Amino acid sequence: MVRPYAMTRGRTNHAIQHRLDLIAVVVTEPHVDDPEEDHSLSPEHVRIVELCREDPQSVAELAADLDLPVGVVRVLVGDLVDEELVHVTRPVPPAELVDESILRDVINGLRAL
Amino acid sequence: MILGRSERGKPPVEPVTLKILVAGGFGVGKTTCVGAVSEIKPLRTEEVLTEAGRPVDDTSGVEHKTTTTVAMDFGRITLREDLVLYLFGTPGQDRFWFLWDELASGALGAVVLADTRRLEDCFAAIDYFERRSIPFVIGVNCFDEAAQYPAETVRQALDLDPDVPVVLCDARRRDSVKDVLVSVVRHAMTHATEHRRSVTT
Repeated sequence: MVRPYAMTRGRTNHAIQHRLDLIAVVVTEPHVDDPEEDHSLSPEHVRIVELCREDPQSVAELAADLDLPVGVVRVLVGDLVDEELVHVTRPVPPAELVDESILRDVINGLRAL
Repeated sequence: MILGRSERGKPPVEPVTLKILVAGGFGVGKTTCVGAVSEIKPLRTEEVLTEAGRPVDDTSGVEHKTTTTVAMDFGRITLREDLVLYLFGTPGQDRFWFLWDELASGALGAVVLADTRRLEDCFAAIDYFERRSIPFVIGVNCFDEAAQYPAETVRQALDLDPDVPVVLCDARRRDSVKDVLVSVVRHAMTHATEHRRSVTT
């Protein structure tokens, strides 16, 4: 077993510490080819880049997938944003949740399930 | 800057994501409820706590244990390729309120699941959402072995505002949970309209 924060070299937060939301979506930048060639990246970094290439993933999904605490995933994603290997799309800001058309779409989507 | 198109073809769709919380006491069926509608088996994320847990945790005998793990179960519903709804079961223990803050920020709304045999278990959650003006509905999980009460009786027992929807449901049934979620979104819409009105007048 590896102590989880060993992967972040003991860091528990990150410079872009705007608290990535659990449902913020991580997307691999299209220009990224082979992250494994970048030796500054840990296997977990590489895995995130690979996972988010075809299907952008939420922070919560990445944490579950990599079996890592959310805090660790936030630090790792922060590193990748700095390296411009991924970008993060923020969830709908609360102020825009009142946008009725989104809510109507959600209701219709739920009904159609 | 001109955004380049992916050389591998179509760039992946970056969906708009929303979340609804599922709260309620221990064993009331939060994970069952998430699992009933989720397209994936509910996943578990963990938050490892260090300093934060210390003042309240009695660590006598386990002084070396400086971390606590809090698990949150969640599910996903892809409504459209570009619209994804996540459901998060809140951690059961009250002392993890600070994690609730994180979960609740930006949440569309919440379901508070209630078991009529121990209604008091959901008081804390109701309080929490009321104080933060987060729209919520009560989902009365109708356990087979529990006596059934009409929604109005539950409303009175919980001393709810008249506009809070109370829905009887079965957390195991997909259709039933879908209905509860629809009522959360509807309530969020009304809530938003009223909020706007109170701001402008």
